Amino acid sequence: MEWIYGWLLLSPALVLLIAFTHLPAINTLWGSFFSTPRGQRPAKFVGLGNYETLLADETFWQVFSNSFWYAVVTIPVSVALALLMAIWVDGKLAGRGFVRLAYFAPTVLPLIAVANIWMFFYTPGFGLIDQISGAFGFPSVNWLGDPDLALGAVIVVAIWKEAGFFMIFYLAALQSIPPQLREAAAIEGADRWTFFRRITFPLLMPTTLFVSVNAVINSFRLVDHIFVMTDGGPDNASSLLLFYIYEVAFKFWDTAYASTLTVVLLVLLSVLAVGQFFLLDKRVHYR
Amino acid sequence: MSAGVEIEVRDLRKAWGDSVAVDGIGFTAEAGAFTVLLGPSGCGKSTTLRMIAGLEEATSGAVLIGSQNVTRQPPNARGISMVFQSYALFPHLNVAENILFGLKVRRVPAAERAARLQRTAGLLGLDGLLDRRPSQISGGQQQRVALGRAIISEKPICLMDEPLSNLDAKLRHEMRVELKTLQQKLGITMVYVTHDQVEAIAMADRIVVMKGGQIEQSADPRTLYQRPASVFVARFIGTPPMNILELAVGPAGGMISGDPTPVLPRSVVDDRDGGFQLGIRPEDIEIGQPGGITGTVEQVEYLGADQLVDCRIADQRVLIRAANRQPVAVGQRVSLTWGRDSLHLFDKRSGARIPATDERPVQAAGRTFQTNAETGAAGP
Repeated sequence: MEWIYGWLLLSPALVLLIAFTHLPAINTLWGSFFSTPRGQRPAKFVGLGNYETLLADETFWQVFSNSFWYAVVTIPVSVALALLMAIWVDGKLAGRGFVRLAYFAPTVLPLIAVANIWMFFYTPGFGLIDQISGAFGFPSVNWLGDPDLALGAVIVVAIWKEAGFFMIFYLAALQSIPPQLREAAAIEGADRWTFFRRITFPLLMPTTLFVSVNAVINSFRLVDHIFVMTDGGPDNASSLLLFYIYEVAFKFWDTAYASTLTVVLLVLLSVLAVGQFFLLDKRVHYR
Repeated sequence: MSAGVEIEVRDLRKAWGDSVAVDGIGFTAEAGAFTVLLGPSGCGKSTTLRMIAGLEEATSGAVLIGSQNVTRQPPNARGISMVFQSYALFPHLNVAENILFGLKVRRVPAAERAARLQRTAGLLGLDGLLDRRPSQISGGQQQRVALGRAIISEKPICLMDEPLSNLDAKLRHEMRVELKTLQQKLGITMVYVTHDQVEAIAMADRIVVMKGGQIEQSADPRTLYQRPASVFVARFIGTPPMNILELAVGPAGGMISGDPTPVLPRSVVDDRDGGFQLGIRPEDIEIGQPGGITGTVEQVEYLGADQLVDCRIADQRVLIRAANRQPVAVGQRVSLTWGRDSLHLFDKRSGARIPATDERPVQAAGRTFQTNAETGAAGP
């Protein structure tokens, strides 16, 4: 009889997970081997046909490279910035509560709202950035309209949004380090940098691992501001993988190709997550 | 090994806003001696130690190490090592790395590091534990690692902030003996903070008793025990604490308040405002010798080797530590006697000791300590 209770207790989570995570995942994988059904034409098995299309798709490669740079810049910069801010806020600082609040505010704001704020910063002519740079005589720059600058502009927004969130984790970890360690090191003559390198940073490694896994996932997941700010443009210059999947699936209604792109994204994320754990786990000291 | 260096504290003061932690104290920790800062929690002893270490900045006053003023110097410029109450071991480093941390920071060559590590580990019995993490060894072993980190630096001064308070009683006793032996062997100047008077008496060459940010008395353990400078010191040193009785002064001399028998001659107890208090240690009172003060036994606590007898003289309670072979029963009336030397007279208002003219100097094994000259008087 007990097994019934066991399954009953499991069932809510089981139903939700299967219905909304596992089935769609399998469906997606399955669908990536078929053509997109249209009107009179039902889906037809095409084998790896969709994957061949993908390899030949120039937009895909452009989006892939955008995503690569987006991740390569946002992850280290946001994590490093978070660590720096946490160390600063952890110290004896006047108005430290206010500074912490200010740093954490972007995390509380929805990304859509954040994007709207940044739209105002970036607007050519009367945006905040142009107004300030204009006061010093610099020419007006169309940050979001220039194919060379659009990706950089959305990267800055993502970093601004992420760093404060990660800072909270670093701050919590820093405050769990006993102050006597710093004193013991000071008596041995360790300067601040040595103490950070030899003691603080190694003790923060579990947090760094956690934060960096999150940063990797977010760098593929956070695309809301693309919709508001650039819509992927100009000429796909700021389009990211997830944004492109959305476009293919719900604007062009090419569900089979969207499935193929999703599978690629999933494989990419799993490889990164597994790689991170194997690479970093050995160097992490857990208390 | 480097020989110890003298530390002198001059008029040292530390205040945070209005709250004063250390209120202008001065003392000298002799080179190569074991000095203990003793006092109840919140008396400023740890703050004093941290100011000597340079971890806390003095509000005013000076710290001199080897006659050099180091008051504004950083900790590493003071030639000190320190053991913390929490040990402050680096949790991600193994025992060897923890002990070697300071040497690596100071870029000591690898060969010398290895030699010193071997010597230190041998001295402390840590040989088999060098590649363990702090979380993988016991509290006593962690304590040794902290000690190892202090002595491998071969600094002339070692500061300790309640290093034994996290250990169990048996281990604490072993480490006490070991610490004292180690200190003498290395000849370092040790300044040790504790609230445990037993620890202080057992280890110290000199004890600085603190209360409310000030020094109550600074003396060797024997003087502290035999000639406490104040009621506070008298009750703080010794277990059970000294009996403090109200003294009434009549034409015949000083009497325990409520009892007609004079215990001190008239010449000793002059007329002074505020009156006197009389101190007698529980172990200095004898039961059953004829010609004493009469007391009534109220309670008897059996301790094995001896017994604690709770007596009443008139309306005042007196605790006596008596030999076990002495038969006493609750309700019994007994005669209590003591030697003239074991009576301590205090000013009731200030709590300060009133030195008797007929006091003998404190005798120690092989050494005679001066008493009144260097025993600081307490009170305002």
